Amino acid sequence: MEPQPVALKILNTLSILCFLGSLGMVFLYAPLEVTMNYVQKLFYFHVANAWVGMLGFLAAAVAGIIYLVTHDIKWDIIEIAAIEISLVFFLIAILSGSIWARPSWGTYWTWEPRLTTAAILEMVYIACLLLRQGIDDPDRRARFSAVYTLIGSISVPITFLSIRLFRTIHPVLIGSGSASAQGSFDMTPKMLFTMFFTLGTFSVIFVALFWHRIRLGQLSQLVDQRKLEEQ
Amino acid sequence: MLGYAISLKYLFAGCAVILVVLAVYLVSLFVRWRNLKRDLHALEQSNTGE
Repeated sequence: MEPQPVALKILNTLSILCFLGSLGMVFLYAPLEVTMNYVQKLFYFHVANAWVGMLGFLAAAVAGIIYLVTHDIKWDIIEIAAIEISLVFFLIAILSGSIWARPSWGTYWTWEPRLTTAAILEMVYIACLLLRQGIDDPDRRARFSAVYTLIGSISVPITFLSIRLFRTIHPVLIGSGSASAQGSFDMTPKMLFTMFFTLGTFSVIFVALFWHRIRLGQLSQLVDQRKLEEQ
Repeated sequence: MLGYAISLKYLFAGCAVILVVLAVYLVSLFVRWRNLKRDLHALEQSNTGE
């Protein structure tokens, strides 16, 4: 296995610098929201993690389609890497949202449309990783994952649009949401800039982790090949 | 309006959760990489031994 490419090393450094920059922006630059005070600052991380998580799930679906067309196992490695990293970011979004919900809504969890669809989305992809473990043949495993991911990706737009389609207490970031929404606020230009900076930061971190996870998948494949050669 | 102390408590809890989840994932990546490298090394050694 080749050592880390220079571009990946640059991406690692950029991720750390952007993360530190984001912390500075969130805690020192973005103004304090008058109703929720400090806890509102979780919003920047919550939105950024949910965004990259959903994009990753869609990227996995695209990789699944390419696998079904080409039958090249490298697309299975890419697909699983995208799913795994997205699960991590989406879990952060769910947990940070839950902690933010406690002072805003008075509860950590409620079965309203956004939270319910988000939980289903997370479980759909966890199930994908668990179920594929039960298939020994690499081609069948990859084909199963590709089809499953493709069908599972339907839950991504449903989750994204749930706050616009259903009556919900979850605030809408852009555009108008349900009249029953709680915890929404008007963003100042500084808040908006901080949000986009944090979105960019987590996108960079996502790409760096994605690359590392793909390399891990390639190494795992290499080890499996060597084991087969041994037998 | 939410009290400053309570608000700050939830902010720290949220940040801690974010950092812990990210750290656990990074460690898991590192451990899996190290184990695979070890396996590969062992396989290569057994090949040269034969």
